[in-house]
Amino acid sequence: MKSLDELDKLREKLQAEMRIREGQPDTRVTVAMGTCGIAAGAREVVTALLEEMKKRNVKGVTITQTGCAGLCHYEPLVEVEVPGGERVTYVHVDGDKAREIVLEHLVNGQIIKEWTILKK
Amino acid sequence: MELYRSHVLVCAGAGCISSDCQAVKKSLLDSINRLKLDKEVKVVETGCMGPCDQGPVMVVYPEGVFYRRLKPADAVEIAEEHLLKGRVVKHLIYQTPETGSAALTFEQIDFFNKQTRIALRNTGIINPESVEEYIARNGYQALGRVLSKMTPEEVIDLVKKSGLRGRGGAGFPTGLKWEFSARAQGKPKYVVCNADEGDPGAFMDRSILEGDPHSVLEAMAICGYATGAGQGYVYVRAEYPLAVQRLNLAIRKAREYGLLGENIFGTGFGFDVEIRVGAGAFVCGEETALLASIEGRRGEPRPKPPFPAQGGLWGKPTVINNVETWANIPPIILNGADWFAGIGTEKSKGTKVFALAGKVNNTGLVEVPMGTTLREIIFDIGGGIPNGKKFKAAQTGGPSGGCIPAKHLDVPVDYESLTELGAIMGSGGLIIMDEDTCMVDLARFFVEFVQDESCGKCSPCRIGTRRMLEILDRITKGRGRDGDIELLEELGRGIKAGALCGLGQTAPNPVLSTIRHFREEYEAHIYQHRCPAGVCKALTVYVIDEEKCTGCGRCAVVCPAGAVSGVKKQPHHIDPEKCLKCGTCMEKCKFQAIHTL
Amino acid sequence: MSSVNLTIDGKPVQAEADATILETARRAGIKIPTLCYLEELNVIGACRLCLVRVEGARALQPACVARVAEGMVVRTNTPDVLQARRLNLELILSNHPRECLTCPRNNNCELQQLAADFGLEEIRFEGEITPYPVDDSSPALVRDPRKCVLCRRCVAVCEQVQGVSAISVQERGFNTIVAPAFLDPLGSVACVNCGQCALVCPTAAIHEKDQTAAVWAALADPQKHVVVQTAPAVRVSIGEMFGLKPGEVVTGKLVAALRHLGFDRVFDTDFSADLTIMEEGSELLSRLKEGGRLPLITSCSPGWIKFIEHFYPALLSNLSTCKSPQQMFGALAKTYYAQKAGIDPADIFVVSIMPCTAKKFEAGRPEMNSSGYQDVDVVLTTRELGKMLKQAGVDFDSLSEEEYDDPLGISTGAGVIFGATGGVMEAALRTAYELVTGETLEPVDFTAVRGMAGVKEAAVNLNGTELKLAVAHGLGNARKVLDAVSSGEKTFHFIEIMCCPGGCIGGGGQPIPTNTEIRAKRIAGIYRADREMPRRKSHENPAVQALYKEFLEQPLGYKSHELLHTHYEPRGQF
Repeated sequence: MKSLDELDKLREKLQAEMRIREGQPDTRVTVAMGTCGIAAGAREVVTALLEEMKKRNVKGVTITQTGCAGLCHYEPLVEVEVPGGERVTYVHVDGDKAREIVLEHLVNGQIIKEWTILKK
Repeated sequence: MELYRSHVLVCAGAGCISSDCQAVKKSLLDSINRLKLDKEVKVVETGCMGPCDQGPVMVVYPEGVFYRRLKPADAVEIAEEHLLKGRVVKHLIYQTPETGSAALTFEQIDFFNKQTRIALRNTGIINPESVEEYIARNGYQALGRVLSKMTPEEVIDLVKKSGLRGRGGAGFPTGLKWEFSARAQGKPKYVVCNADEGDPGAFMDRSILEGDPHSVLEAMAICGYATGAGQGYVYVRAEYPLAVQRLNLAIRKAREYGLLGENIFGTGFGFDVEIRVGAGAFVCGEETALLASIEGRRGEPRPKPPFPAQGGLWGKPTVINNVETWANIPPIILNGADWFAGIGTEKSKGTKVFALAGKVNNTGLVEVPMGTTLREIIFDIGGGIPNGKKFKAAQTGGPSGGCIPAKHLDVPVDYESLTELGAIMGSGGLIIMDEDTCMVDLARFFVEFVQDESCGKCSPCRIGTRRMLEILDRITKGRGRDGDIELLEELGRGIKAGALCGLGQTAPNPVLSTIRHFREEYEAHIYQHRCPAGVCKALTVYVIDEEKCTGCGRCAVVCPAGAVSGVKKQPHHIDPEKCLKCGTCMEKCKFQAIHTL
Repeated sequence: MSSVNLTIDGKPVQAEADATILETARRAGIKIPTLCYLEELNVIGACRLCLVRVEGARALQPACVARVAEGMVVRTNTPDVLQARRLNLELILSNHPRECLTCPRNNNCELQQLAADFGLEEIRFEGEITPYPVDDSSPALVRDPRKCVLCRRCVAVCEQVQGVSAISVQERGFNTIVAPAFLDPLGSVACVNCGQCALVCPTAAIHEKDQTAAVWAALADPQKHVVVQTAPAVRVSIGEMFGLKPGEVVTGKLVAALRHLGFDRVFDTDFSADLTIMEEGSELLSRLKEGGRLPLITSCSPGWIKFIEHFYPALLSNLSTCKSPQQMFGALAKTYYAQKAGIDPADIFVVSIMPCTAKKFEAGRPEMNSSGYQDVDVVLTTRELGKMLKQAGVDFDSLSEEEYDDPLGISTGAGVIFGATGGVMEAALRTAYELVTGETLEPVDFTAVRGMAGVKEAAVNLNGTELKLAVAHGLGNARKVLDAVSSGEKTFHFIEIMCCPGGCIGGGGQPIPTNTEIRAKRIAGIYRADREMPRRKSHENPAVQALYKEFLEQPLGYKSHELLHTHYEPRGQF
């Protein structure tokens, strides 16, 4: 540690990984992990999301999971909720789509409308 | 560090270790591996989270769901349901004692949400073995800021303005202590952390060392800069092996990152810390005794002055603060003196950590703003007294402290108010007693403790505490005499006035404060040969209420001495000659037919 | 050092800025009671009997430790102060067996005196007294921990003055005890038996082993021919046991008193001190001439001998092989004297009156039997002799002076000065000078080696050879010299070492109190006695000359080796 700046940089990098414990209103990505979701490949989606977020150094996003959303035929479902923004539900997500969601939605702020079912 | 979608914090404080959190953690890890969640879910072992009677406990983030009283099988369920499928396992979450309603997360639990955590800001939240997690939570920022942007005088000024006072007992202003050392002649200077926590039942310092060791190291380095010291020592008792281990690791990691050692942050300032392990003598918590022990001499106090700030370790200027005091320093630097001084009361700033124990629903570690009333601590945070019993007294400050009776429940807890009541803030032991506690017996317990822990150097403490114990002993055995209370008072005053060190000068407090607030209990023991709480065996007679006794015979079955006799379905009797006064019959009676006289 | 002004009990006083309240009050004539305090050695504020009120201070302050300050207002006799001290004394007494009437320190006990001064009428606490057994394993000293008030003066002296640390504070709280490490018996550890602990003990928690009964028995036995020898230092201190001034020379009364007790012959260790000079002086000259091991170090002091055996075994061959004067006397009493007087040595009973507790150990060393019997039968300290005289109803001061018996009672001033630090060195120089140069020495005084400085160095020219000399007293000072010699930092030809501060006059068997002031007075008495002697050089002692002529033949001769010389053995450090 050669300077305070260096410490600041390290802190910022590390904070991304610790935000999960803050209980702060982050952007929340929820993957439905009911039996249906898992059967449809939700696990692969989670892994892909995490890998892509890491690759792109995405901060302020927590990944959480939920049970069956009652839309079993649309599984795997991924819900993205930006604080203050609308809740967007992507359907039939797979690994590639998950990576795309990270890039477009989380990084660039663009909703990929064609993969969503829009909710209120 | 890696990015995970979920962090599971498993408390590995001593309370949870005792209730076998390691087996729970192993089961959790096995399940996570089996479910192939290991790349998504991170399991973190933390220091004490506080609610020790609920252990083993864990918290699942990002939701912050708090699980408690876990068994290894529960961990399997949590992994399969919550971690995999996102379904909270309802039957494992906390229920409030009064209403029985379930609280899902930390924030919903009074025990947590009524606290203000400064010293414990990281304890139970970070992995104490990871310097990275500490840094992520602003760790070493304060040191960096001090070294890069402040003069030593500014640092001392800031600490003075914050109003921080020593958390180890007497409440001496910390900034003033630093200033004395900074101005004192003599080199080299030293910085010492007093981690010789010795009050029975107190474990705040251990929890901080085990849960957030870097906060202490950072604070010591800040003090080193402010006072001109380059070497620090942490004096920690051998009974705290985990604290020693985590401190050692923390020191190593801090050195690796260049946060300890030469030329920190490229500023030319150097500071290093060594651990000194003590044998766990209570008196070594007294600062001059502690310093003697570090120097390799018999751990016993010497008269002050000179104070350590003038002539401490090896006769050199030394700042010695306790663990909790140190843990307050980095947030004070980062958030400013005004922020800290805005918490607490006029003369007692900031927060205080208490080890809540005894007859209270939620035992454990709590941190509250100074000035919080006893009532709030005991009833709001502590969840009140179990089994519908009445609150009788709170004992603060351990063997150096005193008892506060129910009529003072609304006293704001700060240094001055407690002292006025004959108790002291002390290091933070807070023992709650219900109506079943005998105050004479309690006083006897503490006096027995201090007379055992007396170093033996000065005569008032060495002999005086023994004489107090002997008098208390005879009172609890029904052999008290007219004049004993007055003799205890005289002895107590004399020891306070005459003893050499803080241990001796405060040793009579438990006796004097119980006489002050519960004199009638002493009188009952001496003049009526009666223990009102039914604790002192020699004074207790167990009797069966014929009205209530159904003659079930359960008491006769459980009595180890064969003292209970009677015909089935007829009221039974206890033979006082044979009775061992163990109380088993009373415990087992389903009809509350057995009571004590 | 700047000075400060303060008031004590309303009296304005001036003191040096670093003075303690106690010192300042004492200088101002205000008495503050103390128990654990021992000037410069033990200033620990433990007994809490010197508490005073300092205005503005939160708690009462121990006057022994607390420093004065400008404008300080001190009260030494307010009711709260007196009350606190009184309670502390009452507590100390509550943990003390109150057996004053049958205690060895009855009427000479600081605790007893304090109780009297405080006017305590009652001890209201009847609890337990710390139960530790008496340790009489040592041949010289008895520890009675029940009587210990834990003032730690003994520990301070043993560690700081003697550098031995045979005893230390152990255990905690009410069970605290001063004892050898691991609570081992004193007789089994590296204690040198010097008895300095007993001198500073305020009570009878550590005292000499009383052997007066054996002497009374011998005196009463008609078969026994009981002879007594008196060490040089006893004649300037025994008077203190009877209220005489420290340092008063009472040689003649001492002889009369011993004769009154019934000793068959009253002899003088000064005689064998002269003999020691003949042997040791010859040894020095021979080592110088023949390239023997140097420096030569004196061997008169049995505490010192045990010390070097424990802690500096590598230097044992530097020690003179001469026995101490006491042991030379014993060996001759049962050979030369027995022959001359025609008495069966089996019937001769040798009693030594010594200022020393270590002499008890020395007399019992198994090798001290060259006469065919244990050379010295019983060693009594000055204090024990005082007790015997009191028991016998001797009104010491009114005794008429008497003379020592022939031949072992004949001595010179050189023998007397063995009792003070530097005395052996000076006596040896008086003789060596004349033997080597053939000239008469005038004046005979070597003042460079006298006095209370811990280590004294000097040089004398003997026929062109410059002899480098050192004198040390107190084993802590001995360590300094030995370390300097071992490291090669210093070179000497001849070193005198005495175990006790001030030499034998400050020995552990001397009357209590023995302090710096009293030591100085006794030393003055020693040199006064020396000046009053008609002969002041050992080689001029006619009885010694006769001894060589009739019996020993020559210094370092065959018989000398057999009877007057000994050997040493390394002992462990613990």
